[in-house]
Amino acid sequence: MTRTVLWGADDLLQEVQDRAGTPVGACFQCHKCTTGCPMGPEMDFLPSQIMRLVHLGAETEVLGSQAIWLCASCETCTARCPMGIDIAAVMDALRIMAIQRKVALSDTHGKHFNRSFLGSVRRHGRVFEAGMMAAYKLRTLDLLADVGKVPGMLAKGKLALLPHRSGSAKEVRDIFRRAAEEEREP
Amino acid sequence: MKYAFFPGCSLESTAWDFDRSTRAVCGKLGIELVDIPDWVCCGSTPAHATSAALAVALPVMNLQKAQSLGLPVMTACASCYARLRTANYKVRTEPEDRRRAERITGGPYAGQTEVHHVLDVLVNHFGVRRIRAKVEQPLAGLRVACYYGCLLTRPPEVVAFDNPEHPIAMDDLLAAAGAEPVEWPYKTECCGASLAMTNAKAVGRLGYKLLTMARQAGAECLAVACPLCQMNLDLRQADAKANGDIPQTPVLYVTQLLGLALGLGRDELGIEALTVSADSLLAAKPGASS
Repeated sequence: MTRTVLWGADDLLQEVQDRAGTPVGACFQCHKCTTGCPMGPEMDFLPSQIMRLVHLGAETEVLGSQAIWLCASCETCTARCPMGIDIAAVMDALRIMAIQRKVALSDTHGKHFNRSFLGSVRRHGRVFEAGMMAAYKLRTLDLLADVGKVPGMLAKGKLALLPHRSGSAKEVRDIFRRAAEEEREP
Repeated sequence: MKYAFFPGCSLESTAWDFDRSTRAVCGKLGIELVDIPDWVCCGSTPAHATSAALAVALPVMNLQKAQSLGLPVMTACASCYARLRTANYKVRTEPEDRRRAERITGGPYAGQTEVHHVLDVLVNHFGVRRIRAKVEQPLAGLRVACYYGCLLTRPPEVVAFDNPEHPIAMDDLLAAAGAEPVEWPYKTECCGASLAMTNAKAVGRLGYKLLTMARQAGAECLAVACPLCQMNLDLRQADAKANGDIPQTPVLYVTQLLGLALGLGRDELGIEALTVSADSLLAAKPGASS
């Protein structure tokens, strides 16, 4: 793959290290993370390439990559990195930065899933799968995906039609509000 | 033995069979579970991929509730387990994370509440030897691939009750139950987890890889300890088959298999909830067909 990346400002590396709390700069490109990554075959940039792009300050490439949304958070990379870099935490930090900076995402499914899931938690204190799946389908317009599985799940009691609301649902709403206040960018 | 039980959202719906079999097995062994009152979602992957503050605050809210019960926490879902353990790790090692979680939840929390997975409780707290003595219906001749997935063993500084690359707790437990765990190399490979919603094709590819390898190693079924692993390999086994032919392979919770060995009935263990039925497999094994 030939692709020209221009040197960017080095504050990307510093910001990612601060947010993820891990020494991304220590990466020496051994590729162990990439070798063990279960999602490697689907990724546009491999995990080790994401680390290198962060070094290079290539913010547009990193935050706009599909790879950060294809990461399954399985932590294989984190467990195996010889430099002790928490690569899965770097992927989290990059997803959060991409949303905060309103980057044009090449794949919006992850963003819509996270919003639908957390919306359900904020409302009920717990996830209500049927409601969460409906919200996700409306956001992505993947209306037919998995519908074939619904009758079987209903028959086996695996899809509740009503939410199981936590008695602490109201406090959860306050937690969402205060967490957002804590993270509001100045 | 007594624990504050954190069921988590999956155990109320898609994994009700894991909930039922966990409670049944603990009941049979005399392990007492007290549900954490008004527990709330741990936030799972969507929280840690969205907000570092929320990803710690939601588990801390539950750990504060458990602390008021004065009991260690037991959970069955591998994802809840990892989120609760990670929150404890952050609160214990990062003073700013602790202060922020306390500001958000409005209460103190220093990470005192211990969190254990049911597999850890059964193998390391209760003990394999004592379980072996309680087996009534050995799973004789049942060749099972023990599948640990990601979050029971990774990252090792946060979870750490078994080897991150070669865990053996489930193998030891099911061997004590009379089964024959097979050696296979994908014990801790990822099933794709919640990517099932956003990238079903990749999850089908991973499911195919795992099920094929388990079969090649001689297994007739898989044992799991995570609701997402179970759903991706059982409910989505049809998607895995889009990648190539694999024989129908039942995927049971470790608590369901152990429960059968302890003499519990199928309805007490939710065996009927499996999408890929285990009926013919279990009928062929005299010990497991109670």
